[in-house]
Amino acid sequence: MFGSIDPSLLVASLMVAATPILLAAIGELVVERAGVLNLGVEGMMITGAVCGFIVAINTGSPYVGFAGAAAGAALLALVFAALTQWLLSNQVATGLALTLFGLGLSSLLGQSYVGMRAPSLPRVDFGVLSEIPFLGRVLFGHDPMVYVSLLIVAGVWAFLRYTRGGLVLRAVGENHAAAHALGYNVVAIRFAAIAFGGACAGLGGAYLSLVRVPQWTEGMTAGAGWIALAIVVFASWRPWRLLLGAYLFGGVTVLQLNLQASGVAIPVEYLSMSPYVVTILVLVVMSAGRAPGSLGKTFHAST
Amino acid sequence: MKLRHLLATAALAGLAGGAFAQDDPTTVGFVYVGPIGDGGWTYEHEQGRLAVEEHFGDQVETVYVESVPEGPDAVRVMQQMALNGADLIFTTSFGYMDQTIEVAEQFPDVMFEHATGYKRADNVSTYSARFYEGRAVQGHIAGNLTESNVIGYIGSFPIPEVIRGINSAYIHAKKVNPDVEFKIVWVYTWFDPAKEAEAARTLIDQGADVILQHTDSTAPQAAAAEAGDVYTFGQASDMAEFGPMPRVSSIIDNWAPYYIDRTQAVIDGTWESTDTWDGIGPGMVGIGEISDAVPAEVKAEAEALAESIAAGEYHPFTGPLNKQDGSVWLEEGETADDGTLLGMNFYVEGIEGDIPQ
Repeated sequence: MFGSIDPSLLVASLMVAATPILLAAIGELVVERAGVLNLGVEGMMITGAVCGFIVAINTGSPYVGFAGAAAGAALLALVFAALTQWLLSNQVATGLALTLFGLGLSSLLGQSYVGMRAPSLPRVDFGVLSEIPFLGRVLFGHDPMVYVSLLIVAGVWAFLRYTRGGLVLRAVGENHAAAHALGYNVVAIRFAAIAFGGACAGLGGAYLSLVRVPQWTEGMTAGAGWIALAIVVFASWRPWRLLLGAYLFGGVTVLQLNLQASGVAIPVEYLSMSPYVVTILVLVVMSAGRAPGSLGKTFHAST
Repeated sequence: MKLRHLLATAALAGLAGGAFAQDDPTTVGFVYVGPIGDGGWTYEHEQGRLAVEEHFGDQVETVYVESVPEGPDAVRVMQQMALNGADLIFTTSFGYMDQTIEVAEQFPDVMFEHATGYKRADNVSTYSARFYEGRAVQGHIAGNLTESNVIGYIGSFPIPEVIRGINSAYIHAKKVNPDVEFKIVWVYTWFDPAKEAEAARTLIDQGADVILQHTDSTAPQAAAAEAGDVYTFGQASDMAEFGPMPRVSSIIDNWAPYYIDRTQAVIDGTWESTDTWDGIGPGMVGIGEISDAVPAEVKAEAEALAESIAAGEYHPFTGPLNKQDGSVWLEEGETADDGTLLGMNFYVEGIEGDIPQ
């Protein structure tokens, strides 16, 4: 029944499928741990997708493209930061506006790039390692961004858990008034977190437009940013669970397509909803987490 | 999805604002399911709208809202358009069917045109193109090209229009290649480039070397280009930028003449509720240039097939044909009637798998 599904190809393609969501989600995790709720992930992702695509086309280098994507989306995130941190606008409304703005801006920027082909990102060459049966394809057969995304997850985990900077960031997220009283610059820390979140979302978007699809089409993120937001919550704001959630989602997405193509007699409706259901179930069962105390609250030094 | 709606409404308010000021020109509204830059389905409807603008000049104003979700959200977009003075509204996706009927009841003086559906009212016309005629040509080429004998098919939603396409392509692929097998994947979206690319890759991983798509973006083309020896066909739009490989031909929707006709009818006051279903003959379905990647004799056969369909000499659903369960559908020489085609909910004999119900 599963004869035509090659497990190593399946695992390899689930990692590719999950990477955009993983990147966007890990960025948002840091933002939320700093106490800011940025609902503009979708807008930042698609801005990253278009910026990355434009830069990659014009420079001919996908790496520069990814850098451009991170910069472009971080810039957009800084608009959000300025509005919410300096001008104290409502974070939910501003985040939603950021998504609308990002969608519009990206289709404007991308107008003359529809139908073009981006330079492709070669796989990392691990030499003999990629010849190992199964593991070779799964672990050593990817493009660099897959590894970068894993490094970012590990880095975020280590930063939040073991460094002073991570402790300060969490303190700001848990109780901004107390952190302020201790002399930490709440607004500056949040600015940095928001910019980091934007850059990660931009990388995730560019992964779509430069690797996974790979071309520019309006509205191409098609809701990936919202899934990333949901995964942050279901992962109870913890990096490794977030990795699990993203890979689970990507995995079930790819698996259900494979099952359909090989003609397994499970009604397609169930297969189609399975990525969402499985991800929610697993993460809810595991979850014992709690949102950062100051999440979504406006901070002003006078209060 | 909420957000898309917000975006749509915001865009509508902005666009329709101008139309509201004066009642003189005829206002024509278009509701799109995807972004106008999708390079496929919605792009071609947008070309039709631009043709209307160019043809009528100052006589007509047009408004459009893109990326409107199918379902209840579409109601508000249509209501808003009607309230802002639209005289004629084209709703360009199957999933707007019930919403179009609902809003049409509320606005009896506004004319509606619903694409690809089957429910009509006094002020609701339906129109569609006989895409299955183009699918027959695709099937013929695909059956000749495939070496693995596995043809992948990316389906959007299991609705009659899509199922007709699958059947038509299968019948004609099987005719030239009795060993051909179809692998069908349903993605439950008209437009999601990442998912469409994923579906194409899955099918290629599972041995397909020809990919047919019934979704709107060009992502499957890009995925096939990346994979190498895989053939594809442009869907709804020519997608010529992916030729001569992987894209070897295409089905092109040409709505412009119809949109101009219907707008003229509203201006003249002669508009009536009709049901239009045109194919290659009247030009609503176009077959995109068959590229040199296709052997010359196959190309000639495909062109001859398209011509005989256009001339009405050949119907893509001509018996003897059996349904999937082996029961007889069409006797020798019998052709399918439009009623059965419009409600088609079965595969023909030879296709494996079940249609999701």
